[in-house]
Amino acid sequence: MSSVLKVENLCVSIDEKLILKGVDLEVRQGEIHALMGPNGSGKSTLAYALMGHPKYELVDGRISIDGESLNELEPDARARKGIFLAFQYPVTVPGVKVADFLRHAVTNVRNPNRKEGEGLIPMREFRAELKSRMEELGIEPEFARRYLNDGFSGGEKKRMEILQLAMLRPKFAILDETDSGLDSDAVRFVSEAISRLAGPDMAIIIITHHERLLEFNRPQHTHVLLAGRVVERGDARLAHELHDQGYTGVRQRHPEAAAEEQAAADAGNRQPAAAR
Amino acid sequence: MSTATSVSRTPPSFGEEALRAHPGRTGEPAWLGEQRDAAFASYQDLLSRPLDPEEWKRVDLRSFQPGKFRLADASSLSAQFQSLMDTRAEFAGIVSHVDGHRVESRLDPALAARGVLFGSLHELARSHGDLLKEKLFSAVRPDVDRMAAWHSAFLTGGTVLYVPRNVELKAPLYSLIGLDQAGAADFSHTLVILEEGAQATLLEETASTTSDRPGLHVGCVELLVGQGARLRYVQLQNWNQQTFHFAHQKGIVARDASLQWTVGGIGSRLSHVHQDVVLDGPGASGEVNGCTFATHRQLLSYYTQQTHRAVNTHSDLLYKDVLRDEARVVWRGMIRVDPGAQQTDGYQRNDSLLLSPEARADSIPGLEIEADDVRCTHGSTAGRVDEDQIFYLMCRGISRYEAMHMIVEGFFHSIYDRIAVDVVRETLSRSVERKLGIGL
Repeated sequence: MSSVLKVENLCVSIDEKLILKGVDLEVRQGEIHALMGPNGSGKSTLAYALMGHPKYELVDGRISIDGESLNELEPDARARKGIFLAFQYPVTVPGVKVADFLRHAVTNVRNPNRKEGEGLIPMREFRAELKSRMEELGIEPEFARRYLNDGFSGGEKKRMEILQLAMLRPKFAILDETDSGLDSDAVRFVSEAISRLAGPDMAIIIITHHERLLEFNRPQHTHVLLAGRVVERGDARLAHELHDQGYTGVRQRHPEAAAEEQAAADAGNRQPAAAR
Repeated sequence: MSTATSVSRTPPSFGEEALRAHPGRTGEPAWLGEQRDAAFASYQDLLSRPLDPEEWKRVDLRSFQPGKFRLADASSLSAQFQSLMDTRAEFAGIVSHVDGHRVESRLDPALAARGVLFGSLHELARSHGDLLKEKLFSAVRPDVDRMAAWHSAFLTGGTVLYVPRNVELKAPLYSLIGLDQAGAADFSHTLVILEEGAQATLLEETASTTSDRPGLHVGCVELLVGQGARLRYVQLQNWNQQTFHFAHQKGIVARDASLQWTVGGIGSRLSHVHQDVVLDGPGASGEVNGCTFATHRQLLSYYTQQTHRAVNTHSDLLYKDVLRDEARVVWRGMIRVDPGAQQTDGYQRNDSLLLSPEARADSIPGLEIEADDVRCTHGSTAGRVDEDQIFYLMCRGISRYEAMHMIVEGFFHSIYDRIAVDVVRETLSRSVERKLGIGL
């Protein structure tokens, strides 16, 4: 039976400032969702809140998988439940080799009840798997020995996120602007890689400004955020329309949310700093 | 300047009476006894003068009361240590001391047959008096400073390694300096003599039997690396957090010889290490690796000097410090280049990683260059653990503890990469891991 990630009336604040004002979302394993909206509408906040970032305070609402609440869980526990966030800005961790990091990560996610200090998955098995995933993604084998994201180009960092996705095989993958800052070849590469990974066991929530990612990964559901609320829902056509025409129409159809957006922008807070 | 004078009175446990009754005097050669008496006179003299402020001004000695410590009459042979290294590798020889008394000494007979000496200072002073009389305190003079004088007067023994000309030791040797009884003082000395073309690796560890009994170590290390010889020396300071550690350490590297010197600073309540590397002949090179992890209210202080005395010498020092809680690490480093020591290359670097806002790292590099054709550089960085890094790792199913451990290990990685001895790398890594577990 496929799992369901459910978000109900999610209200999230950063530094006492309310960013998400009652978001509902239901994502089933195997589905592709597009999460759209202008800058500052709360897309990244939603992504971080789902993952359990400590700076994002859950003021109200509930996040659950198959009815089991995630509200009180730390990010590592959420990852073990099958949530994955591909970062818009992947973090550099000097001195930590990609292979060592991934072996720990894969072990924990596949054995969610593993205690600290308990054994890791067998080295030989892990190496073989890592090697074939890297080959499939066209990543040079030497990357396994490099320090995590250290000295990586923008494109390399994004590939590394996709490699992690491929190794961890989450039930729910959130891609936060995985296509940003990339040239068109790299966007194409990432888009194709994701479509190969997608399948009945993985739901993908795509946050994007670009069309390319959605061309290769056609969403069944599109959700439009404006000023911290989902104001419209549709299918792939809605995503296409927003890409062509921008958010003017959305703002006109939802004047109250547009006014809140304007007020927040006037307060000099167009893009919350904590979303970075 | 209370910090500079607070040890300036002699407590009875280190007075003239105590020196006369010193258990080490039994059976030791006359020259050593005379050396004690002369060192004691220097000690008395140096006590009346302030410590060198350049070296000591950041080390607050107010919590140190020498009167609480005394020499132990004997040691328990059955003392059990939280030793990290001794079961982890095949050693060609082992020497161990507890509370200043030898408890074990052995060396591969095949090496002994080739003239290698590895044993307790007390025994070798009797059996090889001429050698020790010439070399002991030849690098660190007993009157050089207060701590060295105190050490020389109350010397409790120690470990001596002698490797004859062109003899290469493949397997490492191991020396353990232990403290067991509450209030015990250890004044042990490590003397390494490598003759021309010799090669050896000595791993030394200091450890306590308990986590709560106070102890004192006033030590001295002399490393004499002969022409073309290669020495790897590791000292892992792993006392409990009630122990005070003072050490004056010096390596002298002759022509075309090399010294790799690794220092691990994990334990002690307060430690101050004076570490000198002297590049004494053309082509000599010295690599110094420091790896410290301080927590709670520990203060670890290092005063390092790289002295280039000859042309075409090379020194490379890297200290990496991790600090947590209210811990403090002080590193004061100096590169000296004598006039005429041209074409030298000196480097020093100190990086600190702070795991808590209350921790403090002081890093003071310095250069004194009297030659004009040299390359000397230094650098230092201090940074905090990035919560973004922890969050990122946690998002991949890694717990906060594991994430912290990974980041610390990653920070030490550039040091581990330089240490070619697996047992040392594993030991350091394990002691870091063990310590990370505290209070988390």
